[in-house]
Amino acid sequence: MMGDQLPEHPDFLWRNPEPKSSYDAVIVGGGGHGLATAYFLAKNHGMTNIAILEKGWLAGGNMARNTTIIRSNYLWDESAAIYEHALKLWEVLPEELEYDFLFSQRGVMNLAHTLGDVRESMRRVGANKLNGVDAEWLDPQQVKELCPILNINDNIRYPVMGATYQPRAGIAKHDHVAWAFARKCDELGVDIIQNCEVTGFVKDGNRVTGVKTNRGTINTEKVGLCAAGHSSVLAEMAGFRLPIQSHPLQALVSELHEPVHPTVVMSNHVHVYVSQAHKGELVMGAGVDSYNGYGQRGSFHVIEHQMAAAVELFPIFARAHVLRTWGGIVDTTLDASPIVGTTPVDNMFVNCGWGTGGFKGTPAAGLTFAHTIATGTPHELNKPFALERFETGALIDEHGAAAVAH
Amino acid sequence: MLLISCPNCGSRDETEFHYGGQAHVAYPENPNELNDREWAEFLFYRDNTKGAFAERWLHSTGCRQWFNMLRDTVSYEIQAIYPMGAPRPDAAAPARESGTASLAADSTTTGTAAPSTATTSIAASTSSASTTAPEGATK
Ligand SMILES: Cc1cc2nc3c(=O)[nH]c(=O)nc-3n(C[C@H](O)[C@H](O)[C@H](O)COP(=O)(O)OP(=O)(O)OC[C@H]3O[C@@H](n4cnc5c(N)ncnc54)[C@H](O)[C@@H]3O)c2cc1C
Ligand SMILES: [Zn+2]
Repeated sequence: MMGDQLPEHPDFLWRNPEPKSSYDAVIVGGGGHGLATAYFLAKNHGMTNIAILEKGWLAGGNMARNTTIIRSNYLWDESAAIYEHALKLWEVLPEELEYDFLFSQRGVMNLAHTLGDVRESMRRVGANKLNGVDAEWLDPQQVKELCPILNINDNIRYPVMGATYQPRAGIAKHDHVAWAFARKCDELGVDIIQNCEVTGFVKDGNRVTGVKTNRGTINTEKVGLCAAGHSSVLAEMAGFRLPIQSHPLQALVSELHEPVHPTVVMSNHVHVYVSQAHKGELVMGAGVDSYNGYGQRGSFHVIEHQMAAAVELFPIFARAHVLRTWGGIVDTTLDASPIVGTTPVDNMFVNCGWGTGGFKGTPAAGLTFAHTIATGTPHELNKPFALERFETGALIDEHGAAAVAH
Repeated sequence: MLLISCPNCGSRDETEFHYGGQAHVAYPENPNELNDREWAEFLFYRDNTKGAFAERWLHSTGCRQWFNMLRDTVSYEIQAIYPMGAPRPDAAAPARESGTASLAADSTTTGTAAPSTATTSIAASTSSASTTAPEGATK
């Protein structure tokens, strides 16, 4: 049974300190990105007098709600570089953090259903290879060999015409990832403060000098925003705008099944993505709701659409029951690429816009954002993802090009 | 799923509609004079309000007409539906809109009038709709 691999539920992994009156740096948002940022600030830059402020409970936002797909088969050089760096970190982090979060490199297939898909996919395989990212093109028979439950008949509306395959891609247990980072952060002296909502900022001229919270004002020399769906709300409090739109994104799981689904399958065209969790649930997601939303719930017709796609591709799922559905709030940009870097406010930095696909980027987001916060300058890998690109026009247009958005 | 009351067709499921993003975004009056920052604002920056948000919707599988809607982005409650070109019906429209948005925003012609912040009757607003889609409105 896959379930046997699950580690014991951990004991207390971090302290719950009262907030101090001042810190060298404050990270807003205790999701994966905030935790990874604090970890690398402490580890790589020796900044240990720092705090992570989380308005709810640790990693209860998108970190707890995502479908945990990790891959680096992005089209453009800038994206391939940062996501591949993240993937390399995923490969060493369990050892480094001394915590097994079940990173399972079971491979990810991105299906092609039209001639346009096929051409775009082959182009991406070529681009990936040039960037040192492992990638292959599979014909329908090879697709079937890797995932026998997939329907490759050509009498369906959008038959499987092939797939790209990244063998090093996979999934990880997201909660364990958060706990692993939190435990190390705590060991390094970082204060993780839950139930602490940032409600405003203190500024001296154009320089941020503190954060206002529901637990009092905290002075700080630097602020890093890692608030995913709420980044533009915080930016507004600080007096600047972000080119971000927040949308509900849903996922769902079935009841437990025997191991039937050995890899991760994603389809942009019919829009569903499926993997089987370590315990045995089928984990599925699809697209965002079209409208803006902060409600952490989405529309039923999106689920209906995704289930129709899933059942056509995997006929044996027709009898599976949906056990649970939920939603997160993802922060999208118009070029479907993140924003990591400085802001119009001095000493305030932002990491956001990872949209529907930021879990996989967690380690690289943390590493590069920590560099930016510590030094005040971009890291080589996050430089192209600066806010200024919307002004210069140097967009990194991953919409569609990167396979499905996640 | 939202139940949306199209001003022309009545209540229909959300699946019949197409979301068009923030309402009352004015096309620049003098495009040639905009600098890169101002172009960026026009092309890429939209409000991302947590709360009452004015947005455009297209009844794509019905009358195929555009209209505006005031919707709460937390509760998803629809607070008002009103014609393109009409001012936002609540008095508490965000201040920043008055700087750039003109009444002509939704028809891409030029104009100088800032949107009225006076409360408009929602019932009255569903009549005389100027329902032409703004250029580029298909997102
Ligand atoms: C359904 C779904 C499926 C997804 N699937 C994938 C996938 O398969 N692969 C992938 O790579 N990505 C996926 N994602 C995207 C991924 O989850 C996000 O991009 C990523 O989690 C964002 O970074 P984060 O973990 O720090 O965000 P979050 O975990 O959302 O962290 C932000 C934190 O900020 C806190 N916060 C907000 N405002 C304040 C405030 N004022 N004060 C204090 N704290 C505040 C929030 O409570 C939250 O905990 C998915 C997302 C969803 C919703
Ligand atoms: Zn209609």
